[in-house]
Amino acid sequence: MTVKTEPISINLGPQHPSTHGVFRFRVTFDGEEIIDVEPIFGYLHRGSEKLAEERTYQQVVTLTDRMDYVSSMLSNQAYMLAVEKLCGIEPSPRGVWLRMIAGELQRIASHLVAVGFLLQDLGSWGTPLTYVMRERESILSMFEMLCGARITNSYLRPGGVFMDAPDEFWPTLHSFLEELPHRIDELENYLTGNEIIFARTKGVAVLPPDVAVNASITGPMLRASGVDWDLRHRDPYDFYDQVEFERPLHTAGDNFARYWVRMEEMRECIKIIRQCAQKIEPGPVRPSHDEVPFLVRPPAGDAYGAIEGSKGELGFYLVSDGGISPYRCHVRAPSLINLTLLREMLIGTLMGDLFVSFGSIDLNMGEVDR
Amino acid sequence: MTQSWNGKKLAEAIEEFAPGATVDSNDSDTWVEVDRIHEVCEGLLKGPEFKFDLLSGVTAVDYIDHFELVYHLTSLPKNARGVIKAKCGWGRAEATVPSVTPIWRGAELQEREIYDLMGIRFEGHPNLKRIALWEGFPGHPLRKDFATYQQSLVPVEEQS
Repeated sequence: MTVKTEPISINLGPQHPSTHGVFRFRVTFDGEEIIDVEPIFGYLHRGSEKLAEERTYQQVVTLTDRMDYVSSMLSNQAYMLAVEKLCGIEPSPRGVWLRMIAGELQRIASHLVAVGFLLQDLGSWGTPLTYVMRERESILSMFEMLCGARITNSYLRPGGVFMDAPDEFWPTLHSFLEELPHRIDELENYLTGNEIIFARTKGVAVLPPDVAVNASITGPMLRASGVDWDLRHRDPYDFYDQVEFERPLHTAGDNFARYWVRMEEMRECIKIIRQCAQKIEPGPVRPSHDEVPFLVRPPAGDAYGAIEGSKGELGFYLVSDGGISPYRCHVRAPSLINLTLLREMLIGTLMGDLFVSFGSIDLNMGEVDR
Repeated sequence: MTQSWNGKKLAEAIEEFAPGATVDSNDSDTWVEVDRIHEVCEGLLKGPEFKFDLLSGVTAVDYIDHFELVYHLTSLPKNARGVIKAKCGWGRAEATVPSVTPIWRGAELQEREIYDLMGIRFEGHPNLKRIALWEGFPGHPLRKDFATYQQSLVPVEEQS
């Protein structure tokens, strides 16, 4: 006997707890199988790009914090790179090392959140999330030492950072770096070999490398499809050419690969921070106000600065007309662009895999809608 | 280290497969005819000396008398970057430009964003709908003539 089914459309979100913010899908199911997905954006649109046109270059930093609020240090870094390119500012070495340390700590925090929420979406309610949040908490405490803020840091300034690290920061950093590999091992013992996780994530939502490149997908998602593309390695900004690190690659391109790449990348971040802490030397953390005034006025022109953010290539395209605020500030948001293939990834999978695949993309609604 | 294409050299290389398509060039950027953007981009993707297989970003800037589309291209095999620009919508006319989504899927959501916030239509786009704002929202906020809340406030003495 055959069972007749008819397609049914279900609205998921924007207030669904697994949508990582306010995201809405209109999903059409045939039985349990997904046959169509329509993503609907815009519930967190605040017009950051327009707001940037009314603020000075320094004030825009606060807007970049609020774009990707789980990796605000990296948003700051990408924006500052574009401003420095636009103005031709030579950054102070100590400031650059400090912002690299802050950026890599933020990358660990962001990947921890990605992994924790992916497992939350897989149905392991609470436990993995409390583990990852414990580690993230120590990173946020270090940010508090660096700049006084935990989430919306606004730590960077044109040419460096606004404040040197206090003396108690360094011992805390070292003990954290000593402890973190064991904590990651602990998490991996518990998760990476777990048969339930294998069954749920392997072979689901596979992304072939050529399709991923054509759809402008970058970051851990692209490296999980086996494409060796990391801007820290291929186009070293700041002092990334002076540090050594590996790029973890996985060829499967499925949900498990995306999870695995993030776990391995955290170990590489630890290596980078160790090298930065070794190479940093005393000195000013930013150029003096005579060299780089508080109110920077870049010459007319445009600049595009891009970094390897925690989610992919995070770029800022700034246009200056010679005034005190940007004429146009465009953000190349990896969270939004990584969603291009969402429909293709999800079609043919089951309802239970929907939020797992969605969580493995690791997006942040603040950056998707801006 | 990623090599950036010199705009003039890129213009010369484009002229070889699409004669007359470039308008202007300087050391960093190349301006092309907006109607021929599809042909140029296809050549840049497939040409063995370019291989721009990843579209980093596409955006638009409002220059009051015209709009400018900016394409940031990246080549993974060559580790190179290039910038293509195209001017359109002179005199603030309704601008309709060819979409590059059939060439690079990555342009899909970004072109929707430009359509929503800047009001430039893309011909050949599979799903051209507003993305951040709702259908029926008046105007396109990233245009320079769109009054923001602060600008729309009228001082008390002028209100009378």
